[in-house]
Amino acid sequence: MKIIVLVKEVPDTYGDRKLDLETGLADRAANDAVPDEIGERALEVALTYADKNADTEIVVMSVGPNTVPGTLRKALAMGAASAVHVMDDALMGADLGLTGEVLAAAIRRTGFDLVLAGNLSTDGSGGVIPSIVAELLGVPAATNLSSVEISEGAVAGVRAVENGSVNVRADLPAVVSITEALPDARFPNFKGIMAAKKKPFETLTANDLGINAEDESKGRSIVVAVSERPARAAGVKIIDEGDAASQLADFLVQNRLV
Amino acid sequence: MSDFPADSILVLAEVSPTGTVQKSAAALIGAAAQVGSPIALVVASPGQAADAAAIVATFGATRVLVAEAADVATSLTVPGADALAAAARLVAPEAVLISNSIEGRDVAARFAARTHSALAVDAVNVSRDDEGIVAHHSVYGGSYNVDSAASTGPLVITIRQGAIDARAEGQPLVAEALEVVSSGAAAATITGHTEATVAANRPELRGAAKVVSGGRGLGSEEKFVLVEQLADTLGAAVGASRAAVDAGYIPQTSQVGQTGVSVSPQLYVALGISGAIQHRAGMQTAKTIVAINKDAEAPIFEIADFGVVGDLFAVVPQLIDAIEARKK
Ligand SMILES: Cc1cc2nc3c(=O)[nH]c(=O)nc-3n(C[C@H](O)[C@H](O)[C@H](O)COP(=O)(O)OP(=O)(O)OC[C@H]3O[C@@H](n4cnc5c(N)ncnc54)[C@H](O)[C@@H]3O)c2cc1C
Ligand SMILES: Nc1ncnc2c1ncn2[C@@H]1O[C@H](COP(=O)(O)O)[C@@H](O)[C@H]1O
Repeated sequence: MKIIVLVKEVPDTYGDRKLDLETGLADRAANDAVPDEIGERALEVALTYADKNADTEIVVMSVGPNTVPGTLRKALAMGAASAVHVMDDALMGADLGLTGEVLAAAIRRTGFDLVLAGNLSTDGSGGVIPSIVAELLGVPAATNLSSVEISEGAVAGVRAVENGSVNVRADLPAVVSITEALPDARFPNFKGIMAAKKKPFETLTANDLGINAEDESKGRSIVVAVSERPARAAGVKIIDEGDAASQLADFLVQNRLV
Repeated sequence: MSDFPADSILVLAEVSPTGTVQKSAAALIGAAAQVGSPIALVVASPGQAADAAAIVATFGATRVLVAEAADVATSLTVPGADALAAAARLVAPEAVLISNSIEGRDVAARFAARTHSALAVDAVNVSRDDEGIVAHHSVYGGSYNVDSAASTGPLVITIRQGAIDARAEGQPLVAEALEVVSSGAAAATITGHTEATVAANRPELRGAAKVVSGGRGLGSEEKFVLVEQLADTLGAAVGASRAAVDAGYIPQTSQVGQTGVSVSPQLYVALGISGAIQHRAGMQTAKTIVAINKDAEAPIFEIADFGVVGDLFAVVPQLIDAIEARKK
């Protein structure tokens, strides 16, 4: 089975993330770039399956700037067999639709039985890439799974939705996205890190994939304004000496919050 | 030629598998009415669509397109996307509004990809300027406001649940059956369905005016009840940090934060929550923030309007009594 795992590189959330107020794009210099946490969990799902099924090939794939090889090397060190990185200045600031088109084209070129992704990335929080990719590839999408069972020829799982849960299954080839309810990813070990250096690593441009980023016939989402909200200031802080509850109740009453 | 108004805004009114119109539909139609003529689409199992259409008209849809599809209960996302594509062909809307729910996002994604339309996700409001419809987003946990628009064609917008207060005036039902030709796109199969049990008398977390959230500091599922007691005293919804969810005190649907629900209530009370940046991302746009934490250095105090450094197990029961006393 050939599994492609989509891993996005995102600004580390353990730090205040910044947007460039001119372009509306992420200010990449403001934070460390790290693999998206839920994407890493998707890789863990693939690796767990590969641990039990020797005949599994895992390809990690990402669209992004020149820091992305660091993220993909980490995925190789964790155990993926090869990596595909799509990098192109023409894709700077690509919207969700264009990113999805690029990923779908790269996935088609690589070939796959199963595509695994995170349900939401921590920066864009779009949660739409997996379904865009499935639509463009013409395959079923089982999204937002909080448990996954991969078998020969099919995938099944529990899809957590707002008002309950749904059991779903799909024949392969298919796209699956998983939630943070699935286990945390393993750490790369020394052997993995050494092995990663020799693993196949492909770098592609939009052109290689037959994608015209400037195609004006397609609707694209464009940023028309960006502004920064003033940061919140701390208010009163009291230490409880037995009467904090009473003071807090007064505060709530004064502010008509009771 | 379409006989729909030039300023048509197509709204996908979400209907549950059992035929209930979701609350998000009223907000979507409210938002659409601010910027154009709200035309709603209802996609439901045969026999369920007529009732749903009647409800959607009371939310303010001037016309309701009704698509009955035998496979909505068994086939994931694709029947919704197929119906939306048919409706958009008919209506030629300026924008398409869909709930940013898990199912809504998937339909929006398939529809936008299929029709090469611009997609704007998780908007908290919409407006109109000289060039057309604009989506307003609150990003990086409310640190930035970003506006987006389509380069060409309609803008497909998913709207954050609970973010829109506007409601439109009810309209007389004008329903018309929508002819949908199946795309034949491959879909995942729905093999079962469990409805979550919700506390009957408590407000829903999304869109709640008041939220009381508990964190790891609650210590156990049994003791988490204290959060619920304060919430009930205040008439608030119950939320939680991821640490509380991971520890099993409360289901994931109550998680507030970057990978959970984003809330913007009048009052947010954080009990035993340190205030990690990923938690703050989901609540720091609250009007008033109250925190109770025994660690004076906890980052939650940096954004709290009223912070109490103390043991929540001592303070919260006293607070409940004090509030009850002042209510009298
Ligand atoms: C990619 C990513 C996404 C994430 N998404 C989210 C998210 O959506 N939501 C979220 O919440 N977190 C999220 N997190 C996790 C986040 O980083 C924190 O780990 C989490 O918010 C911590 O929860 P907590 O404050 O309950 O626990 P802790 O940080 O352990 O804090 C517990 C607090 O309780 C206090 N306390 C203990 N006992 C008492 C007592 N008796 N009285 C008063 N105070 C007491 C302690 O002083 C402490 O400050 C995410 C992390 C990552 C990496
Ligand atoms: N640029 C990207 N490169 C690789 N994978 C991506 C990219 N953007 C999104 N994804 C995948 O899609 C998932 C959901 O992302 P999003 O739709 O941005 O919230 C992520 O968890 C990734 O698996």
